[in-house]
Amino acid sequence: MEDLYQEIILDHYRNPQGRGLREPFEAQVHHVNPTCGDEIDLRVHVEERNGVPTVADISYEGQGCSISQASASVMYDSLVGLSAEEALASLGRFQHMIQSRGQEAGDEETMGDAVAFAGVAKYPARVKCALLPWMAWKDALARATEGAEHD
Amino acid sequence: MSVAHGLRAPATDQPLDVARIRADFPILRRTVRGEQRLVYLDSGATSQKPLAVLDAEREFYVTSNAAVHRGAHQLAEEATEAYEGARAVMAAFVGGRADDLVFTRNATESLNLLAYAFVNATDKARWGSPLPDGAERFILAPGDEILITEMEHHANLVPWQEVCAKTGAVLRWVGLTDEGRLDIDRLHEVIGPRTRAVSFVHQSNLLGTVNPVQEIAAAARRVGALVFLDACQSVPHMPVDVAALDVDAVAWSGHKMLGPTGIGCLWARAEILQSMPPFISGGSMIELVTMEQSTFAEPPKRFEAGVPMVAQAVGLAAACDYLTALGMPAVAAHEHDITDYALERLVEVSGLRVIGPRDGYMRGSAISFVMDGVHPHDVGQVLDSRGIAVRVGHHCAWPACRRMGVPATTRISPYIYNDRADIDALVEALDGVGAVFGSR
Repeated sequence: MEDLYQEIILDHYRNPQGRGLREPFEAQVHHVNPTCGDEIDLRVHVEERNGVPTVADISYEGQGCSISQASASVMYDSLVGLSAEEALASLGRFQHMIQSRGQEAGDEETMGDAVAFAGVAKYPARVKCALLPWMAWKDALARATEGAEHD
Repeated sequence: MSVAHGLRAPATDQPLDVARIRADFPILRRTVRGEQRLVYLDSGATSQKPLAVLDAEREFYVTSNAAVHRGAHQLAEEATEAYEGARAVMAAFVGGRADDLVFTRNATESLNLLAYAFVNATDKARWGSPLPDGAERFILAPGDEILITEMEHHANLVPWQEVCAKTGAVLRWVGLTDEGRLDIDRLHEVIGPRTRAVSFVHQSNLLGTVNPVQEIAAAARRVGALVFLDACQSVPHMPVDVAALDVDAVAWSGHKMLGPTGIGCLWARAEILQSMPPFISGGSMIELVTMEQSTFAEPPKRFEAGVPMVAQAVGLAAACDYLTALGMPAVAAHEHDITDYALERLVEVSGLRVIGPRDGYMRGSAISFVMDGVHPHDVGQVLDSRGIAVRVGHHCAWPACRRMGVPATTRISPYIYNDRADIDALVEALDGVGAVFGSR
């Protein structure tokens, strides 16, 4: 069980980063995990910085287990300030690790605190908890950048 | 006091010998999460199966396997006898007649069978298609009402929402008190001349609350409504006599009462079954088929299209025999004892709050709780790390969770193979939960 409840995860659970819904934002989503009832409301604020769409803020409120709440906090720390493209790549690494059934430990260099969730991958029932905020963010980002020009 | 009412039954049978019972359940001897003893407290989700049930299923496949109600050979004859024999055993277990018992895939299908009687009768009436005699009772007009309760499992909620969406009927419900009992004083406000059916749970899977069946049924009778009972959490745990309950139909599942998965039951009064149009159609459920149209078999076959789950029926009958040998009054008495003990011990755990009735009066063994500052899912995970299997989440009763002001709960649901030592192990493990998460 220590695999699952890493100290980093419990720290984020006790002291969540970036929690609370803030202005400004371009998109807000509500995601639920229908099997356990966890919910998250999440807003994303995207800004052009040096001509690059950048994740300027992620703000959220939610109720759920330590894994889903800590995951939202770690996601906030990991993604805010990155370009949308880099942030999506981070999501890809996180998702790859957590769906690996424990085969991928994750790279601390590129993933930071998010590697603490490697242990969650060994508990199939908890993978959805960890992914809930990330999937909400991905959805919100898609809505925020919908129709925006990319090239 | 009537036993069927869900009140305490006098323990006429011998008290349960849990050690001896456990020997019949090999799965309880395995270890989990390292070399820890399995403490299985999730029988409300599904019960474990005794060897007698597994042996009966295997024996059927080894000796008599064939498709029932067809085939001109000895095996087909034996399989048909086994299947119909199982029906008779299951029906007798709940005090009903074999002809009034339909085998379904699970209780969800049993409840859908009732819900679809309304949808199909209403549709067919609209087109002037033939209907069985008495089917008028299932034809809904816009503004007709279906009454349920706020503590229903999704299986007795969503199908009625669907009925309303298809017919223009209106869904109403009886609310809950803060203790998690039906707000029965307000029943008269939601029941009335437009109420066509009242469908409610006997024992709540989330709260453990046992509902006063006869009182609700009497109110339904006064307005001429049909009465349906979801008995998933009562048939396995207490003596249930369908005739004494004064209801029109009762649904339950096999796998929560020591039987196999893949089989459920619907008992209904003969007159009700007779007047129901078919639900799933195809082979076996017909009387006469031409290219233009078909007529349908008498119940229960009218509702058992296709090759049925024979081995599962045989296993379920073995489960009935097993419970009958223990004596259902003894099963109920055992559960009352363990429920009282669990309620007593759980209040000792710091920061723990029971969601649902806090005493043993009109309540079953399913006990939900929350702990300050720790999410139910995390509580369940800590318990799992100690070999204790519980359920977490909204337990397919999301509106009831909302009403009780919690997003989810952790739930224990002991059964015949659990004893006080299992509750002690639970309480000891719960004492350790705070240490993992600290305060937030």
